[in-house]
Amino acid sequence: MDKEENRMDIIVCVKHVPETAEAEITVSPGGKSINTEDLVFDINEWDDYALEEAVLLKEKLGGAVTAITVGPQDADSTLRKCLARGADKAIRLTDKAFEGSDAFATAKILHKAIKDLPFDIILTGTQAGDDGYAQVSVVLAELLGIPHVTMVKKVEPKEGFMRVNRELEGGLQEVLEVKLPALLAVQTGINEPRYVSIMGIRKAREKELKVLGLADLGLKEEEVGGCGSWITVEKMFIPPVEKEAEILTGGLDEVSAKIVEIIKSKGLV
Amino acid sequence: MKEIFVLAEHRRGELRDVTFEMLTKGRELSQKTNMDLTAVLLGYNVKEFAKKLADQTKRVLIVDDARLENFNAEAYQKVLSNLISERKPPLTLIGHTAFGVDLAPSLATELNAPLATDCIDVDFEEEKLVVVRQVYGGKVNVKASLRKSDSYIVTLRPATFEAQQVEPLGGEITEVPSPLKEDIPYKKFIEYFEAPAGEVDITAADILVSVGRGIKEADNMPIVEKLAKALGGVVSCSRPIVDKGWLPSDRQVGTSGKTVKPKLYIAIGISGAFQHVSGMKNSDIIIAINKDPKAPIFRAADYGVVEDLFKVVPTLTDKILEGKA
Ligand SMILES: Cc1cc2nc3c(=O)[nH]c(=O)nc-3n(C[C@H](O)[C@H](O)[C@H](O)COP(=O)(O)OP(=O)(O)OC[C@H]3O[C@@H](n4cnc5c(N)ncnc54)[C@H](O)[C@@H]3O)c2cc1C
Ligand SMILES: Nc1ncnc2c1ncn2[C@@H]1O[C@H](COP(=O)(O)O)[C@@H](O)[C@H]1O
Repeated sequence: MDKEENRMDIIVCVKHVPETAEAEITVSPGGKSINTEDLVFDINEWDDYALEEAVLLKEKLGGAVTAITVGPQDADSTLRKCLARGADKAIRLTDKAFEGSDAFATAKILHKAIKDLPFDIILTGTQAGDDGYAQVSVVLAELLGIPHVTMVKKVEPKEGFMRVNRELEGGLQEVLEVKLPALLAVQTGINEPRYVSIMGIRKAREKELKVLGLADLGLKEEEVGGCGSWITVEKMFIPPVEKEAEILTGGLDEVSAKIVEIIKSKGLV
Repeated sequence: MKEIFVLAEHRRGELRDVTFEMLTKGRELSQKTNMDLTAVLLGYNVKEFAKKLADQTKRVLIVDDARLENFNAEAYQKVLSNLISERKPPLTLIGHTAFGVDLAPSLATELNAPLATDCIDVDFEEEKLVVVRQVYGGKVNVKASLRKSDSYIVTLRPATFEAQQVEPLGGEITEVPSPLKEDIPYKKFIEYFEAPAGEVDITAADILVSVGRGIKEADNMPIVEKLAKALGGVVSCSRPIVDKGWLPSDRQVGTSGKTVKPKLYIAIGISGAFQHVSGMKNSDIIIAINKDPKAPIFRAADYGVVEDLFKVVPTLTDKILEGKA
């Protein structure tokens, strides 16, 4: 394909999320959120793959990549990472009124920011690792009136459409063709996200990072935040234990010996 | 009489398990609230399914159209939004599956019906709909309420509710004419694609030594391979290991990988996300090794070791080899 003729405007939606797999999580006093002071935040795992796919498409076809997030000022580190990895522009959507937005309200905010931008493709992640809604992408596509494909495992650009593989259960995939403009929510493993280079970081400093708020987007307070949401958190709690493993204690040798015992008692070794 | 809708999910000639799980939850709710349980079946030549669903419901609404043969969220949405607008069910249950996540959010947006996704529980509390969801990879639960509405949509996490058999209810089967007038021009199903089978079949192994992101680097993989070898087992893994290309995709355990039931499953450096656990929870014995005592995997395991895997795994391997010598 001819590079310039097929140039693509690509928007990638990224969320700045806490890494929690290895961290100790505690619920904050109000019981409606977790304590995040000691947590490390980074780009959502799924969005990392979405960003890489955006940059790969740009490298193949020409065009521009815009990374966009709804989040606090701290989310700039995630946007800077996107710029360093090959995004051309970044937009942060921040407003006191946006706080407490659920997936639906977040999609409404993204919609207002994106609807007047030029785009051929919007890339998002399958889900955010914190709230795990798997909802923002498809609501956004519906608000924009464009088709969507979720769980995307492979993307092949064709003339005016995309051929995509979509992941189903049990290792099965389905192949679809979707007309552009479209929104694709990508699944992990679709590519190999690149590392940030020193050059990339240097170049990123000169790139534009725009910040927009409620009024800039023409939104009303009641459309976003808790008021504009479908869901209200009543309480957060550490899951009750219905069944718990018997924890084997002792030194390394002792624990290992106990495991060997268990395995032997079942006649497995 | 008001209704609770359960959207039947099927693929390649089979009703999927999540359908029966949702019927069980839906029945419980319908009894509590005095509503009818209605299965909604979209597809092509699916009359056989209708009979099965009728056994468990008050009625089955069936829309039979060649355009619904393979799942297409856009086509399904058109049909469902018609049905929901007409019959106004207070609640529609959809599986939180590849099918459901592609469909429910746009359907809810079109109908302006509040949606809660990936729920592990749902209930009506004084006209309000209340759900329980898991966040932060299963480390925290959230109880949430939905904005007041005449119609809600909820996607239920698969393998969470146990499908129960009931005395056949002989529900009525009603065919509803399809509102689809033409093919969806902007989205086409082409075909299914299945990766060719590899050399190792993890579903046939008696012993699986399963490795997760806790292994950190590809260079560390030999420590689990040695343990597997000592035990005469096979190495399987969680998804990130396949995503990084450290093991082929046929070694992945979980919803998007394989469902396994070995005699022994050792989970090493795996946190226990539900997508992983639903693929291994029926193993005979599960031993988890994880340095985080709060890791959800300990809720699925029979035995747990809270330790650094880089210390336990080599010691355990030595112990097993010693015992053999
Ligand atoms: C649609 C969909 C389908 C999916 N399908 C699957 C699937 O089929 N299978 C699957 O596995 N996942 C699947 N996932 C991904 C799943 O949600 C999790 O992201 C994944 O299972 C996490 O893998 P993990 O436990 O290896 O990694 P993490 O969650 O990062 O956990 C790593 C664990 O290692 C522990 N650890 C770290 N260092 C050490 C050490 N030195 N010693 C001991 N322990 C250590 C940590 O405490 C942590 O608990 C799917 C996700 C989606 C959205
Ligand atoms: N606050 C946000 N800012 C930008 N994009 C977001 C935000 N929240 C979610 N998304 C996008 O929507 C996808 C699905 O998120 P979710 O529906 O929250 O699980 C993520 O992978 C992101 O691409």
